[in-house]
Amino acid sequence: MDAVEHSPNTPLEYQTETGRLNILGFWIFLGAEIALFSTLFATYFVLDGRTAGGPVPADLFEVKGVLIETFLLLTSSFTCGLAIHYMRRHSLKGLVLWIGITLALGLSFLGFEIYEFIHYIHEGAALTTSAYWSAFFVLTGTHGAHVAMGIAWIALILIQLKQRGLTPDTSRKVFISSLYWHFLDVVWIFIFTAVYLLGMVM
Amino acid sequence: MANNEQTHSHFPWSHVIGFALSIILTLFALWVGFESGLSNTMIIVVVVALALFQAAIQLLMFMHISESEDSKYQVGTILYSLFIAVAVVAGSIWVMSFGMDHMHMPM
Amino acid sequence: MKWDEFFVTGDPLIYGADVSIALTLIGVIFVLTYFKKWKWLWTEWLTTVDHKKLGIMYVIAAVLMLFRGGVDALLMRAQLTVPDAGFLDSTHYNEIFTTHGTIMIIFMAMPFLIGLMNVVIPLQIGARDVAYPFLNAVSFWTFFMGAMLFNISFVIGGSPSAGWTSYVPLAGLELSPSVGQNYYLLGLQIAGIGTLLTGINFLVTILKMRAPGMTLMKMPIFTWSTLITCVIIIFAFPVLTVALALMTFDRLFGSHFFTLMDGGMPMLWANLFWIWGHPEVYIVILPAFGMFSEIISTFARKTIFGYKAMVYSMVVIAGLSFLVWVHHFFTMGAGGAVNSFFSITTMLIAVPTGVKIFNWLFTLYKGRIRFTSAMLWSLAFIPNFVIGGVTGVMLAMAAADYQYHNTYFLVAHFHYVLISGTVYACFAGLHFWYPKMFNHRLNEKLGKWTFWIFVAGFNLCFFPMYFLGLAGMPRRVYTYGAADGWMSLNVLATMGGILMGIGFLILVYNIYYSFRYSPRETTGDPWDGRTLEWSTAAPIPFYNFAHVPEVKGHDAYWIAKKEGTDKIKKPYKPIHMPSNSGVPIIMSTFFFISGFGMVFSWHWMSIAGLIGVLATMVMRSFDYDKGFYVSVEEIEKLEQTTK
Repeated sequence: MDAVEHSPNTPLEYQTETGRLNILGFWIFLGAEIALFSTLFATYFVLDGRTAGGPVPADLFEVKGVLIETFLLLTSSFTCGLAIHYMRRHSLKGLVLWIGITLALGLSFLGFEIYEFIHYIHEGAALTTSAYWSAFFVLTGTHGAHVAMGIAWIALILIQLKQRGLTPDTSRKVFISSLYWHFLDVVWIFIFTAVYLLGMVM
Repeated sequence: MANNEQTHSHFPWSHVIGFALSIILTLFALWVGFESGLSNTMIIVVVVALALFQAAIQLLMFMHISESEDSKYQVGTILYSLFIAVAVVAGSIWVMSFGMDHMHMPM
Repeated sequence: MKWDEFFVTGDPLIYGADVSIALTLIGVIFVLTYFKKWKWLWTEWLTTVDHKKLGIMYVIAAVLMLFRGGVDALLMRAQLTVPDAGFLDSTHYNEIFTTHGTIMIIFMAMPFLIGLMNVVIPLQIGARDVAYPFLNAVSFWTFFMGAMLFNISFVIGGSPSAGWTSYVPLAGLELSPSVGQNYYLLGLQIAGIGTLLTGINFLVTILKMRAPGMTLMKMPIFTWSTLITCVIIIFAFPVLTVALALMTFDRLFGSHFFTLMDGGMPMLWANLFWIWGHPEVYIVILPAFGMFSEIISTFARKTIFGYKAMVYSMVVIAGLSFLVWVHHFFTMGAGGAVNSFFSITTMLIAVPTGVKIFNWLFTLYKGRIRFTSAMLWSLAFIPNFVIGGVTGVMLAMAAADYQYHNTYFLVAHFHYVLISGTVYACFAGLHFWYPKMFNHRLNEKLGKWTFWIFVAGFNLCFFPMYFLGLAGMPRRVYTYGAADGWMSLNVLATMGGILMGIGFLILVYNIYYSFRYSPRETTGDPWDGRTLEWSTAAPIPFYNFAHVPEVKGHDAYWIAKKEGTDKIKKPYKPIHMPSNSGVPIIMSTFFFISGFGMVFSWHWMSIAGLIGVLATMVMRSFDYDKGFYVSVEEIEKLEQTTK
């Protein structure tokens, strides 16, 4: 749409009407996502401890694996922030580099999470084992599915960056996907705290 | 727009500080959980507070929630989500414990 | 699976439905082909992103669903008229009250209101379309495909039968092994996507696309009510999404969220369902309040009384609506503290609602009232809604609720709020904004016949139910004994139901009659309206406003008419408009295919459907279409043909 009423210093993604509308809309969508994850957390807490005589979380959770996953995701959130930093300095190279690193970290996180899930299932804790494990797998699995979606989405935007370079349209897409990525890190912080940390301590 | 390129210095300080803080807060939460010797209730309170602090860092330092002309709507959305989150999570726990605290009773 | 397991067989009613569905389809295809209308249908309607056309499609779909839900209701009334009736067996009766409730709430009330919002809101705020026209089309088509998926359960696979609330364990795999419950889960899930997108879309539209000068406190009340409704939708619908997904996991993949075994908690479903379900009540009532406010103000020829109180009461309702959900299951026995808390919040939420009632009354006070059909519905709403509201406060008292729970008292209560609130508003809004949609009015005489017969029928149908409830008649029973003594009141209720059906038929006839004989609009302002939608031309150009209007207060158009600034002509500028797109209907069709596969656990089909959904999303991501500009010459040409 029209590219009027902005100072030359306005970041590219805010320069068009579409850019401003979509960024606000995405923040509101994140509000809906918070409600979605809140419901999953509520379910998890209500079903916490209902292991029906099967494996309990404290037996299976390990600090090391969880910490690796956490640091991978925290770092990816940082590198994603750096990507936006370079985008705002009009450095396509810096942007693509840091997004690439972000995607690599995200993929490693997914790899570790899948490995962790397989390990639990091997130890006799699956979706069908008990209410607790149903809640665990659906909460962490929904987050994992979001991460997978994010990786695919950002990869598509990378292609568009290669095709079109930095424009108000592509930078809007990069910025919105970065919001999504940071948000997934926020969700993980709460999963780390409420599921793993308290699951091991309590 | 509050945040234009002048406020972006050459080196991304705010990102680095945010990243360092999130690592420190994570490790601190871990220490509180395993080594601090606090009561279970206190551990829950402290680690949840730390998580909220980390979330605020992400929102402010990485996601630039306060930068655009619509920042009041964005902040309002997140604050209202927080209200919903508390209502849904705390409400469900309270209601489904049938008003008592047997959340952690072995089934 | 054999074909006789796939199709529902053995009931003459359903064979009749099969035949009529097949004949209707053949008829539609024949008419479209004979008159060479396929291309017109595709380019003008199926691929449109115009909010007015999407709104019209929403309303048409909602009226069709009202017909289906109404037939369900009449079948139930037929069965309950006399004791020990054999018209329907228990299973069939269970299916019918389930589909009646689900369709009326999800596929009738919401789309009807959202349809009217679609038509009116951009016009009312002086915008040329919504913030995301493409998403708006996705919203409509996902709603439509969700509704279709739910409705085909009737002839393919069997209907759900666990009530619209689908409480477990009844709705679980052991007690509802048929695919009917899966239809409920998937149909609502797909339609829910559309509702959430509508919430985001209209919230951003109202926040960002208002005409210059229209500050938040100068917005029309219907716009305010839509804004608040959107906020509730955005935060309530994700809860339903999760609840439905968890039950789907329980039924299809063997998880234990709501099961009786292995630690599951059946009442957790009720908890999650009503965390969404109570805000949902306000999602379907707040837009109704907004419409009544506009109509009462227009036909009392006064500005709305207590504008600020109206706005703040809705803000309070939006917050409180998330804090009252347990009153739907006081009898679970959550304990004194829990029930007391939710009892008090429930009574509190009646206060802002009461404030609004007084505001409407004071708007009427000393007004020069014109008794149009739209106004009659709004006037009947006030006393009828008060009856529903007051009995709601009776139900809010947790201790007393143990007596009312699951009786016809409750049935009477929620029909009194939902019909005299939402349905009256849909009819009022339809009569009021009909000229904006179809460029002619509905016939007033027929409109008044509809009104009197429907309102008389409604009160005759549901008022006796309060007494049936107090006499102990439980809801959701397919029959009762002669010794229960419930027959005379049930006969009255059935007579009322028939009257409501007749009222609906007159409305449908009115739509046909007005299409044929009603004079076409010439001014675009048939009611001497107060808000900006009445300043648009007749017929309304696709870009809505040749000039973006300037707003000086609420009742912006009224002020402009008084000051004579509504006729000023300025030079035109090119107008930017979005392009049509076939992606929304194709994407939603893939959602339908995926959902259908999941209903029958044909995972190859559900995965293929999902891949289709993702592929259309990728297509959309690579589509850099920026819409088009309407040139000044084109605007001049169009503006001469209107008004």
